[in-house]
Amino acid sequence: MANKISDETMEYVGILAKLELSAQEQEAAKSDMEKMLDYIDTLNELDTSGVEPMSHVFPVHNVFREDVVTNGDNKERTLANAPLRKDDSFEVPKTIG
Amino acid sequence: MAKQYETVIGLEVHVELATKTKIFCGCSTAFGAAPNTHTCPVCTGMPGSLPVLNKQVVEYAMAIGLATNCKITRVCKFDRKNYFYPDNPQNYQISQLYLPIARDGFVEIETGNTKKIVRIHEMHMEEDAGKLVHDDWDDTSLVDYNRSGVPLVEIVSEPDMRSAEEVIAYLEKLRQIIQYLGASDCKLQEGSMRADVNLSVREVGSDTFGTRTEMKNLNSFKAIARAIEGERERQIELLEAKKAVVQETRRWDDNKEHSYAMRSKEDAQDYRYFPEPDLVPVVISDEWIEKIRSRQPELRTEKLERYKKEFDIPQYDAEIITESKSMADLFEATTAICGKPKKVSNWLMVETMRLMKEHGMEPEDLAFSPENLAKLIQLAEAGTINSSVAKEVFEKIFAEDVDPEKYVEEHGLKTVNDEGALKAAVEKVIADNPQAVSDFKGGKEKALGALVGQTMKAMKGKADPGRVNQMLRAMLE
Repeated sequence: MANKISDETMEYVGILAKLELSAQEQEAAKSDMEKMLDYIDTLNELDTSGVEPMSHVFPVHNVFREDVVTNGDNKERTLANAPLRKDDSFEVPKTIG
Repeated sequence: MAKQYETVIGLEVHVELATKTKIFCGCSTAFGAAPNTHTCPVCTGMPGSLPVLNKQVVEYAMAIGLATNCKITRVCKFDRKNYFYPDNPQNYQISQLYLPIARDGFVEIETGNTKKIVRIHEMHMEEDAGKLVHDDWDDTSLVDYNRSGVPLVEIVSEPDMRSAEEVIAYLEKLRQIIQYLGASDCKLQEGSMRADVNLSVREVGSDTFGTRTEMKNLNSFKAIARAIEGERERQIELLEAKKAVVQETRRWDDNKEHSYAMRSKEDAQDYRYFPEPDLVPVVISDEWIEKIRSRQPELRTEKLERYKKEFDIPQYDAEIITESKSMADLFEATTAICGKPKKVSNWLMVETMRLMKEHGMEPEDLAFSPENLAKLIQLAEAGTINSSVAKEVFEKIFAEDVDPEKYVEEHGLKTVNDEGALKAAVEKVIADNPQAVSDFKGGKEKALGALVGQTMKAMKGKADPGRVNQMLRAMLE
């Protein structure tokens, strides 16, 4: 049942994931992804009709916070993680969209 | 014969909820703080941080869902929407795709004399993204994550609207409902209400939809109307030239009155949605829904009926005042102080609306206090000031919320009740204007007006025009 992924699909997935792959890396990623799809096919052999999809492993629901401010000014700690900082903001390459 | 086209429009409306804190962390949502001060590991997507849902977000969303006739989803869940963009530090947005909190609602809109139902497909809760500021000199953008994690509901309509007029009626209706609920201030300019317009055109009579585009960056009702007109024409031109409309997201530039392609619209599958593993499901019981329903504040229709009964004001007044929650609140607060509902409604409907229009303001922008309007009404009622002085003082209240008692005192605007001074002024005016006097005596009623005007001028506007009129008449007859 081996799945085949086209070069176009690989390129498109690369664009969505913002990845630039060398020809070699692309071949390796393609083969990995084909194996993943094969594995999904194996899973699909099971009849799951009537089984509710599970979104969470714990039988817990309705965990809430009250609407109360608990955090103060955390600017310096947040900006400590900025690869580039300008004044009090993260600086990134110009992005308009 | 030229082909006739019909515009088909659906809206995605984002509304920032009026919570004190963000949707998944205890950071403040206050608008206008210094960049990145309202941030923490959760809303900046640091590894290992754990989001916990703000209960108030669920309750506001339920309130909006109920008020827009939606069915509340009894077990609802969050999903991750994956995309890479610097305003989104987690590389995914926590949203709801599979089980949104509310579905299948509707609101009734009115354009001209026509009523119409606009159906709501669904409404979901999600988090807002950060804000990018572009530096025109450097080739850089600056990111402020204060808005990252601010709670939103997105209300998705069915493609039921056919004109800019209907779109604006729908938005005004949503805004009115949500403001009445207190769930958001819905300010388009500040971005607490944002609308994306999905638009396609088709030939009249066709029962299939054309290819649609999505327009973003619409931050006023006027911009929305212009963008709809512009996009309709762009699509018709393409079809007439036998070219295809491309499904894409376009950004409206209101200064240039033109839209630009932003990116080809990703399909939902490209966002690789999957259930959010860090948040547990929300289970909504009948009791919880009933609790929210019983707490729903008085909405517009009920308020309108109550105003007519309780304050004995005409239908027309009640309609205008209840159009916005801020205006209605101002009316009630002022009436509670001065006890003169019809006077209050007159001031709001005439002078307030005139000044708002002049300054391009919305009712939410009104900044004067009910106390000062009430005092002004009392001053005018007691005859302490005449009506033209009252208007002048009101402009000061409107602009600077001055205390009218102090202002009248300081500027010497009180009506002169000194009969002697008034009589002297009237006598002088009669003596100085023999022509007008003889005209009046000859039966020209209008001439009296000129004499009243002269007397008011001599009294520097501080006389009671009714009394002046009376006195002139008595002396001349």
